[in-house]
Formats: sequence, structure tokens, C-alpha cells
Amino acid sequence: MNVEGLLAQITALLVALAGAPLVMGWVNMCRAWLQNRAAPPLLQPFRLLHKLFWKESVIAHDASPLFRVAPYVVFGCMLLACMIIPTLSTNLPLAPAADAIALVGLFGLARLFISLAAMDIGTSFGTMGARREMLIGFLAEPAFLMVLFTASLISSSTSLATTVATLAHREFAIQPSLAFAGIAFTMVSLAENARVPVDNPATHLELTMIHEALILEYSGRHLALLEWAAALKLFAYSCAGLAIFFPWGIAEARDHVALLWALPALAVKLAAGGFALALIETILAKMRIFRVPEFLATAFLLGVLALLVHLLLGA
Amino acid sequence: MAQIASLLAIDGALIVVAGWLAIGVAGLAALHNVRLVGRLLFPLSALLSVALAGIALLALPGTPQTAVLAIGLPDLPFHLRLDALSAFFLALLGLASAGISVFAGGYFRQGEGTPPGLLCMHYHLFLASMALVLLADDAYAYMVTWEMMALSSFFLVTTNHRIAEIRKAGYLYLLVAHVGAIAILLCFGVLQANTGDYTFANMRAQHLSPFWASCAFGLSLFGFGAKAGILPLHIWLPEAHPAAPSPVSALMSGVMLKTAVYGLIRVNFDLIATPLWWWGTIALGLGLATAIFGVVFAAAQVDMKRLLAYSSIENIGLIVVGLGLAIVFNAYRMDALAALALAASLYHCLNHALFKSLLFLGTGSVLHATHERSLGKLGGLMRFMPFVAWTTLVGVIASAGLPPSNGFVSEWLLLQSFLFTGELPNPYLRMLVPVFAAGVVLVAALAGYVMVKFFGVIFLGRPREEKLAQARDADGLERLGLAWLTAGCLLLGLFPVAVLEVIDPITVAMVGKGLAQSGHAGDWLMLAPVSAERASYSPLLFFLLTLSIVLVAFALVRRFYHGRVRRAAPWDCGFPMQTARMQDTAEGFGQPIRQIFEPFFRMRRELPSPFDSAPRYKVTVEDPMWAWVYLRIAAVTEAASRLVGLLQRGRISIYLLYSFVTLVALLSLTQL
Repeated sequence: MNVEGLLAQITALLVALAGAPLVMGWVNMCRAWLQNRAAPPLLQPFRLLHKLFWKESVIAHDASPLFRVAPYVVFGCMLLACMIIPTLSTNLPLAPAADAIALVGLFGLARLFISLAAMDIGTSFGTMGARREMLIGFLAEPAFLMVLFTASLISSSTSLATTVATLAHREFAIQPSLAFAGIAFTMVSLAENARVPVDNPATHLELTMIHEALILEYSGRHLALLEWAAALKLFAYSCAGLAIFFPWGIAEARDHVALLWALPALAVKLAAGGFALALIETILAKMRIFRVPEFLATAFLLGVLALLVHLLLGA
Repeated sequence: MAQIASLLAIDGALIVVAGWLAIGVAGLAALHNVRLVGRLLFPLSALLSVALAGIALLALPGTPQTAVLAIGLPDLPFHLRLDALSAFFLALLGLASAGISVFAGGYFRQGEGTPPGLLCMHYHLFLASMALVLLADDAYAYMVTWEMMALSSFFLVTTNHRIAEIRKAGYLYLLVAHVGAIAILLCFGVLQANTGDYTFANMRAQHLSPFWASCAFGLSLFGFGAKAGILPLHIWLPEAHPAAPSPVSALMSGVMLKTAVYGLIRVNFDLIATPLWWWGTIALGLGLATAIFGVVFAAAQVDMKRLLAYSSIENIGLIVVGLGLAIVFNAYRMDALAALALAASLYHCLNHALFKSLLFLGTGSVLHATHERSLGKLGGLMRFMPFVAWTTLVGVIASAGLPPSNGFVSEWLLLQSFLFTGELPNPYLRMLVPVFAAGVVLVAALAGYVMVKFFGVIFLGRPREEKLAQARDADGLERLGLAWLTAGCLLLGLFPVAVLEVIDPITVAMVGKGLAQSGHAGDWLMLAPVSAERASYSPLLFFLLTLSIVLVAFALVRRFYHGRVRRAAPWDCGFPMQTARMQDTAEGFGQPIRQIFEPFFRMRRELPSPFDSAPRYKVTVEDPMWAWVYLRIAAVTEAASRLVGLLQRGRISIYLLYSFVTLVALLSLTQL
């Protein structure tokens, strides 16, 4: 483990922690503009987190220890995910600990814990949220893995750092397999991050909510951790997508100058991605819950198609 | 020292078997003495299990050893052989049964059908016969011990033989087991190629024509598939597992199914010299179908042990998928990939043995504490049975195949062997194999759904019945058994490199190559079965990182903010009249799956109309294989027997006429 690698790792960690709420704030801002509303300030998510951390945590009488542990576990999983995805540099000493498959497993672990915690209190909305979350999860997880497999096959490695490094060195050309994978990835990340058209992050209408139903019983610091984790998840998905489909500007080993450039490059890419997300959320309507399996099955099949196209055309 | 140990390993294994038989006989002597059987005999047997595991692990890297037992028919002694493959499965048997036996010591009580002493006898006969199946080196010894295993487990399944349903489940199990045994016998018949010598050594020496080799493959897949629960021969599993007492379900699901996997590997990698590639595709297809079928049905179950039985079917499916892939690679002499796929399968066998035993034992504790198997009447047990709940949670994470548990490692290895198959010479296979990978991923993700349902409905939420508040946590021996298996799940998950080093000699013996991992043995932290550039995974690092983030986050929140907590009534969007009946039931949790996979199920629904004064909602889900396969076979058999029945007239004169006609016909034949 070298000093550079350590530096890159710590930078990635700090950028994720600070950047995730910023991305959230930026998306909310863009959405407000697009919908002709006055936008909340960019730093609003930080204020929200700070407020929630100060608040007292109210917990149901018969909550088990699992309920109190879950927010920390979910937060830990999401932060680890941000640390193994090559956001700024592919020279990450921790990256070999988990590859693309382990990344999907990590999201799965977080999902398991948050769903179990939602079932812990035994309210109707909690169990409903857990059921819907698992429904989305079991369809989105394979689709996400298919996208990652397509990228892995191109670089013949499931290690994320190697994959991104290989993709960055290719000439710019629109590859049919990556085009399919890109569409699949967009659909999956909308579903996984509880965004329109699958879920509405702004809703508190009981019968339609998914993510909000899961965290309904949380308050105070636990809720703050879960909100931060949700922001980190969005950040992780955005960075993974940007690293696979737009891998330019990511620094590599022994490239000191590039690390300096990587941060502004990432900021620009994230800003564009955030705007695109806000645009999607503005022009689409939310689907009925039983349309979601169709939506995600489409994403899954697109992922499989991407894999097959790569094998058929070698591109 | 190692020399002596490897020299004596097979004798050591036989001593353990003899010890088990002795314990069984001792159980007979103390037929109704629960304390003696529970506190002394079962823990003693667990010690023997640990010894067996130790012996097997010591013998695994050594050269194969043989022994000849003087029992059997005059000219047909039992040939036994302990090689790497047998040793691995013996170790699996030892590790899993150690936990199960300790648990059983605290579990079996007076008044459940068979008296405890007799149960102890059946149980140890079952253990001993499984060990002998794994050691057998000729078809005769194999079939005798295989039958012993089937019969002893039949008696264990029908422990509560006063209940008609359990007798029926036992009968079904016995029937399928014997249909399978016939196929295995025929398979050995084909393998000995008319030489009349039924030792495995002779079978290895034969070179069968592709036709006969394929026959042997088909028969082995059918015969061992019946025991393992491959589609459509799985129907006995969801009947027998809920019927049996929990430690027996654990032993059957965790270990006995693996003896069938052992048989498949023994026949198709060891006894048959040249596998054909299309066998692999059949195994792949059947395995994937089994896995998907198992997991989808598990999601729809409302009985906790039946849910686990279907989940076992799913896991067997995944194991067979790995074997199929290994056969394909082996046929094309792609040894490195064959070794990877086989190692993934073997690893999953070990994992499944531990986590499924753990889950079955967990349900056993719940069953004892609540006398309830139906998920619709459980709930909230985490507050009353924390030890069982937390240990079960480890099993749940493993069964869902999530890191850093052991279930994830084998899944990871399996997916690694699915990727990068570009060197396959057959273009169709090259296309097909990644599609199978997509199926495997879908199964893994669905397993997560099933496990959230299993754990959430039993242990979380509010108790759905009043009496659940009196549930008592497991104690003493039960805890020890659960803790042993939990520790096994954790260690297998965190130190995969050590496990792969154990598996290495087997893949070398079966497909001629080990994993690249063994090349650089110094790297104990990082799992990189092919090369570090291609893929690596380090569960220990992964676990420690997550743990440290969690701890640091906790410490920082406490340092900069506060740790105040106030208890209050649940919020639930301000709805005040919450009752336990408003939670999702097991049916409710499985509803999305029922809707999405509707064509899979044979569903009968009874829906209330809006005007019903006493609305009733009822849904039953049936296994479609009954109607598609078994009822048809039954109908054909019945029609055939009705035809034969025409001959039966019930009058002696007519039977005499038959004999007369037969005699005349035979005489006229000899005249010709």
C-alpha cells in the first residue's frame, strides 16, 4: 500500500461524505427550477442532517436492537460502496477487497437490514415497505449485475478499478453493448434510488411510498444516518455509472496531476447527471407498483441483451 | 506424525462409525431414559463427529487409502476407500452433524411418538450409514449402505407416526428413495461393462462407448437426483422435511442431500473417464430450473419448515448448475475453469450443510417454544428468543448469499466460473452460458426475498398470537449446537482461502488441476481464484471495513451529538389503532411473487365479496409437478393395472384354465 493510494482512498471517502448530500441538494434544486418553483439552497441537505442529528430519537416500545443497529449498518455499507467504486482514481488500495459482484452484494446487505428493520416494529406500513423494497431489489439486483458483467466482459475482469481503467483507455466509440447496458443501468438506478417513475422521494402519501415507508418509524440521528445513506447510495450509483460509461478524467496510479483534475471532472459530470435525473423526474409520472416488475424486467432483459450483443459482435 | 495420521485415517473413520453404532445400541438399552440419551449419548456422538471431521481433514491431502471389511456376502466383502473427495464429504458430515447432535441432545423429549432411545438408535444408524456411503468403494457396499441410509431416515421422518400426514410423507419419501435406488443400481450395472466386477476400481478402468456412458450419466442423474431433489423428483422434500423432527430435517437437508451430490461427482468425474459436453448442458438446465422453481415456491410458502425445504431444493439446484458447468469445461479439457466450477459447487455443499442445518435447528427451537409451525401464527420472537434470533440471522444472511457470509463466497466463485467463458469452442454454449449466469443471479436475489420473509415474519414485528409472549429462549445444549453452526458459517465466510486450499486436492484428483490460488499460498487474505487482476475478494477486509465504519460512525455521532432515546408508541403515519393482525402475513409477503410468477403455481383462491358479513380470504398454492407429472403417471399405472385386472376373475377354474393354456403354449413351443 503506497502513500498515493492511501491519499486517493481518503480523498474518495471525504468526497463521498461531503459530495453525496451536495448531489442530493443539486438534484432538488434542478427539479425545483424545472418545475417553476423557488429552489432550496444547495446546502439544504446538510442543514437537514444537522437538524436531525440534534433531535432526540423516538423509538417504538417494542423495537428490538436490530432496529437500532440497522441505520449504522446501512450507512456503513453505503460508505464502503463509495470507497470501492473508482470515483476519482483507479488506484484504490481497498478496491481489491470487493469487486463488482461484491458491490452488488453490499447493496443487497444494506437492503436486507433496512427491510428487516422496517418489519421490526410490526406496523402495516413498515411491512408493506419491506415487501415492496425486496420486490424491487430482487428484480433490480440481477439487472445491475448484468450491466456490470457487460463491462467486466469487455475488460475481462470483475475488478471495478481494472474495468474502469480498461474502459478509459479505449477510443471513443459508441459500443452497442454499452448502449444497451447504459439504458438498463439508468432504469435500475432510478428504481434502486427510489426515484420517479418507481418511487417518489417527495411523497408521503401512504399507499404509494416505498423508501419512505421503510424509514417511517425512524427519527432523530437514526433517520439522519438513513438519509445520509440514501444520499451516499445515489452518489455511489452515479459514480459507478459515470465511471463505466464516461470513464474520462479518472486518475490512475502514479499520476499526480490527474488526481487534481479528477475532482472538477467528477463535479462537472455529477452536475450534468444530476440535471438529467431531475429532468427525468420532471417529465415522467410515477408508475403503479405492479408496473414496476415489468419496468425492471425490461431493464434485466436489456442487460442480458447487452451481454449477448457483446458476445455476438465482440463489441 | 502426518505419515502416521494419514496411515490410520480410514481406520479412524471406521472407529467413529463403530462408535456411532455403539451409541445407537446404548440408546436401545436406555429406551425411555431421556436424561441419559440427551445429556450423555448425543453429546458423545457430537464429539465423535468432531473427531471424524478432524480425521477427514488430516487425510484429505494424503494419498487414497483402502480397506476391506469382512462383512457382507461370502465372496463379496465391503471395499472401502478414503480419497480426497470422500474425505471432504466426511468432513462436511462431521462438521454439520457435530452441531446437530449437540442440539438434538437438548431437543428430543419424551412423548413424541418414537421413544428417545429408539430415536437415538435410528439417528446414529443414519449417521453411520452416511459415513459408510461416503467410504464405499464397490457397488455392493454402496447400495447396502445407501439403503440403510434411506431406511433409517425413513424411521426418523416418521417419528410422530401417530399423525396420518406424517405417515403419508414418510411413504412418499420411501417410494422416491427406492425408485432412485433402482436407477443407481442400474447405473452401476452399466458402469461395470459386463465384467462382473462391481468394484469402483474396475469401473474406473472401463472405457465405455459414448452411448453407454450417456446411459450411465442419465441413470446417475435420475438416481441421485431423486435423493437430492432435482426437478421433478423433488416432491418428497417439502413433505418429509416438515414431518421430521427438526434435527432430523437438518441432518437430511444439510448432509443427506450432499451424499447424493457426492454420488453425482463420484460417478461423473471419477468413474466415467470421458464426459461428454452435452451432459453438462442437461445438468445446467435441470439445475437452473430446480433452483428457480425452488426459490419461487419458497417465497410462496406459509409453513416455515416447508419454506426451508424449498430453499434446499434451490440450493441443490445451484450446486447442480456448478457441476454441470464443471462437466462442460471438463469435456472440453478447460481444466482451470472446470476446477473453479467444481470448487464452487463443493464450497456451496459445505456452506449449505452448515447454514441450512442452522436454520432448521432455529425453526426447531421456535417449534419447541411455541408449538407452532405456521408462519401466520408467529412473529415478534426476537424479543423473547434473542439467542435463537441472532444466530438464525447469521444463517439468513448466508442463505441469502450476501457478503461477508459463507453463502456469498460460493456464489461469487460460481459467478466467476460463469464469466469469461469466451474460450469455449462451441459458439452456442458461449452464448448460452452467460444467460445461465443471469438465471443464477436472479435465483440469488430471490433467495434474499425469501429469507427476509422467513426471518421477518417469525422473529420481527409483533407476536401474532397471545401465547407467543411466553416463548422461552433455547438453553444449554441447544444453544451450543446453534453456536457451533453459526461459528462455522462465519469462519467459512471469512477465511475462504483456507477452505479452497482444502478443496484443491479434490479438484486436482477430479479434473486434473487446482486453482491458481494455491500457486501463491502466502496470500491468505485475498481470494483470487484465477488471478488478482481478474477478480479478487477479501471477506475479512470487507467485514472489518464495514465494522470499523459502523463503530466510527457510532462513536462520532455520540461524540458530536448525543445518545438520547425516548420510547413511545409506534408512529405508523399517526394511525392509533394498530394491532398485530395488521402486519403482513406470510401470504401477504409472498403476494408479489405469486402475482409475478403466476403461471408457476396451481393456485386456488377464495375471495370475499364486498357484501360478505364474515369475509373469508383463502389461498392455497400447490406444486404443479403433482398434476403435470405424478398424477399422470398414477393415471397411466392405474389404467395398466385395470387391463391386467381383466385377467383376474376370482374363480379357481379360470386360473386353472390359465395354467393349462400356458402349459400347452410352452409345450407347443418346445415342440417347434
